[in-house]
Amino acid sequence: MTTQAAPPAPKPLPTPLPDTQPFWDFCKKGELRFQKCSKCHTFRHYPRPMCPSCGSFEYTWEQVAPKGKVHTWVTAMRAFHPGFEKEVPLPIVIVDIEEAPGIRIMSNFNDGTKHTDLKIGMPVTIVFEEISGVQDRAQVTYALPKLRKA
Amino acid sequence: MFKPKDFRDKACIVGIGETTYSRKSGMTNMTLQMTACARAIEDAGLKPSDIDGVLPQSMGLTAEDMATNLGVKDLRFSSSVSMGGASPCAAIQNGVLAVASGVCNYVLLVSGRNGYSGARTGAALSPAGPMRTMFEFEYPYGLVVPMLWYGPIARRHMHLYGTTSKQFAEVAIAARKHAKMQKNAQMKDEKEITLEDHQNSPLLADPFRLLDCCLQTDGAAAAVITTPERAKDLKRKPIYISGFAEAHPDSPSSTTQRPDITRFGVAKCADRVFEMAGMTRKDIDVAEIYDCFTFTVINQIEDIGFCKKGEGGPFVESGRIQLGGELPVNTHGGLLSQGHIMGMNHVIEAVKQCRGASDAQVKDAEVALVSGYGDFGDGALAILRR
Repeated sequence: MTTQAAPPAPKPLPTPLPDTQPFWDFCKKGELRFQKCSKCHTFRHYPRPMCPSCGSFEYTWEQVAPKGKVHTWVTAMRAFHPGFEKEVPLPIVIVDIEEAPGIRIMSNFNDGTKHTDLKIGMPVTIVFEEISGVQDRAQVTYALPKLRKA
Repeated sequence: MFKPKDFRDKACIVGIGETTYSRKSGMTNMTLQMTACARAIEDAGLKPSDIDGVLPQSMGLTAEDMATNLGVKDLRFSSSVSMGGASPCAAIQNGVLAVASGVCNYVLLVSGRNGYSGARTGAALSPAGPMRTMFEFEYPYGLVVPMLWYGPIARRHMHLYGTTSKQFAEVAIAARKHAKMQKNAQMKDEKEITLEDHQNSPLLADPFRLLDCCLQTDGAAAAVITTPERAKDLKRKPIYISGFAEAHPDSPSSTTQRPDITRFGVAKCADRVFEMAGMTRKDIDVAEIYDCFTFTVINQIEDIGFCKKGEGGPFVESGRIQLGGELPVNTHGGLLSQGHIMGMNHVIEAVKQCRGASDAQVKDAEVALVSGYGDFGDGALAILRR
């Protein structure tokens, strides 16, 4: 008799809106881009229509180097969502983006880096990892920014 | 034109009501919250139909529900604040402005839920509304419950200022000690917490241990707000609302994008609430500070200005925040040991302290401070006096 392992529970997926969709489209191309105001040149994240510094609605999606530093983190010692059961203890990390002052992303490591290896200020490289699932009854794929030790 | 300080002592709390704080209310959410409402109205010496303004602050109860249950013939004012655990404290502002302006006469503020036997905190979150960007950009990385939202802030604080888990323990120890003095507290019959208990409790969201986290509770509490003129005809001595404010941190929709991740909303409104009340930090006899996590209290003690930024850890040591200490904090046991009803119990306890009627009474207390904290750093403060 053979037993089949239960399929792993799906992880939660991003939930884009038209204003945020370009961020994810660029991730799929392997590009890390953030909104940058065309008028006062201030970066902003998460994506939104208005520049909080000058009020302009004009912006570009500026590509930056996939490099950052650990700002802080929390480690989930238990799976608070069934999709992460095989990954605990799971460090959830906030990263300062080197070429986009004031901008941070939240992410996880995908190179096996453990929470006990982490230090604030530690340099990291951002890579992209595909995640698929079902959303609104359609099969969808996103490329999530993930981290590697630099 | 009015200035905020024109509203100092222009409204007061004249009635309070609570249900039992438990893990199984055995009532519907609506019955639970309306029970607290009825007790607050009775405490004030009013009839349910006297209420003409309502401030429902939890999901599952609407202004319409309140008006139909109370038999209100002409509801003139209703408002719900969307600031998570800061909502009940922030709604005091709406209540004061409503009665001081004459828009209505008696405002009923209520919060509560079946937070243990019904939907738990994590399960009640929704990607619609103020948490949308968290659900899009953070939830996919496993940031799915509040202890994970605030853990990174606590770690950064520990890194910048040397704050320790043992200092977090001081907050949990004080809360349990106070809860054990209360007749109505979820943990009143549990044992006191020692430093060892805290340090041996499991890490759930490192740096938070089990004993750093608040309870989940079935319960509700309510208060009636009116003007001092109307209070003269009522049975209770009024407790004046001397100052009130709400405030939001930088990048209020996400913790990740703010310049200083350790600066909460209350940092922005603390000076203005003391100015409004015409008081200083030294005037505060007791502080009921929103305590979803132990660290949240330490950070607010700094941001409210009871000590300098970074000194909150040492501040809470040596029993300073326990009854008999320099600044007793959460004399009801707080969310950590009395119950979690979004901080409405903090408002109730502040009123009791000013009345001289708490089970853990601060001797001769005249002035109490209440804080609310919610979502991604929203804050509210109120200063009450007898």
